[in-house]
Amino acid sequence: MPDHPAGEFVIPSDLEAARRVQEEIEAVVKTAFAEHEAFAVKMAVEEALVNAIKHGNQMDPDKSVRVAYALKPDRFDVRITDEGPGFNPEDVPDPTAPENLERPCGRGLLLIRYYMSEVAFQDSGRTIAMYKRRDGSK
Amino acid sequence: MSQQPRRRRLEVEDSGDVAVVNFVDKKILDEQNIQMIGDDLFRLVDELGRRKILLNFGNVEFLSSAALGKLITLNRKVQAVRGKLVLCNISKEIREVFEITKLDKLFTILPDEQSALQAF
Repeated sequence: MPDHPAGEFVIPSDLEAARRVQEEIEAVVKTAFAEHEAFAVKMAVEEALVNAIKHGNQMDPDKSVRVAYALKPDRFDVRITDEGPGFNPEDVPDPTAPENLERPCGRGLLLIRYYMSEVAFQDSGRTIAMYKRRDGSK
Repeated sequence: MSQQPRRRRLEVEDSGDVAVVNFVDKKILDEQNIQMIGDDLFRLVDELGRRKILLNFGNVEFLSSAALGKLITLNRKVQAVRGKLVLCNISKEIREVFEITKLDKLFTILPDEQSALQAF
């Protein structure tokens, strides 16, 4: 494996394809991150991929998801882009509010923000760019 | 590959009138798996009439928010029949997922199977 592994994939809107990406990323992250940090990245990537495929592309087989990652000396960067209509992250209701606590969905973004060091949305919400610092802190 | 063979995803044992459920999979992850795990869990209540359910997460290393959604629906079903759902043996990492989402307030979570069985 190179010193600073990086990769880019274009996958169909298919959860099986997402799992293969997830497995590659997990293997790379595990070489450099402590177990709890690897868990954090895995959670964020899983939630972001599912969001891109289900909510962004609406499982449309004609639409793709682009995933790019890079393991750097101090952090792990990942960027996921879908071909959906985009969204405003501000419009997503707080899933921890008492009135939303029993809703079966809507927790992905909360988990992504919690587990990653920095999260940004670009291109009207079609791209999520995030990184995890490798220093034991959040 | 979009179809997975139908296989057992839960191991259910009885302890008195409590259905003790162990997950076969270490990662409750991909959508189809979650759907099937959800269906199997719901069947316990809807078809088999179980009212006391203990989920043992001892074997589970990872779960996503979609799996949390299934647990919430299961909890609702159990409450609707005036039953009780208890979760136990959850790893530190997964416990944190429940805390972040504040679902530790919604579910009864106990450290091990023995203490969980006493909660019914």
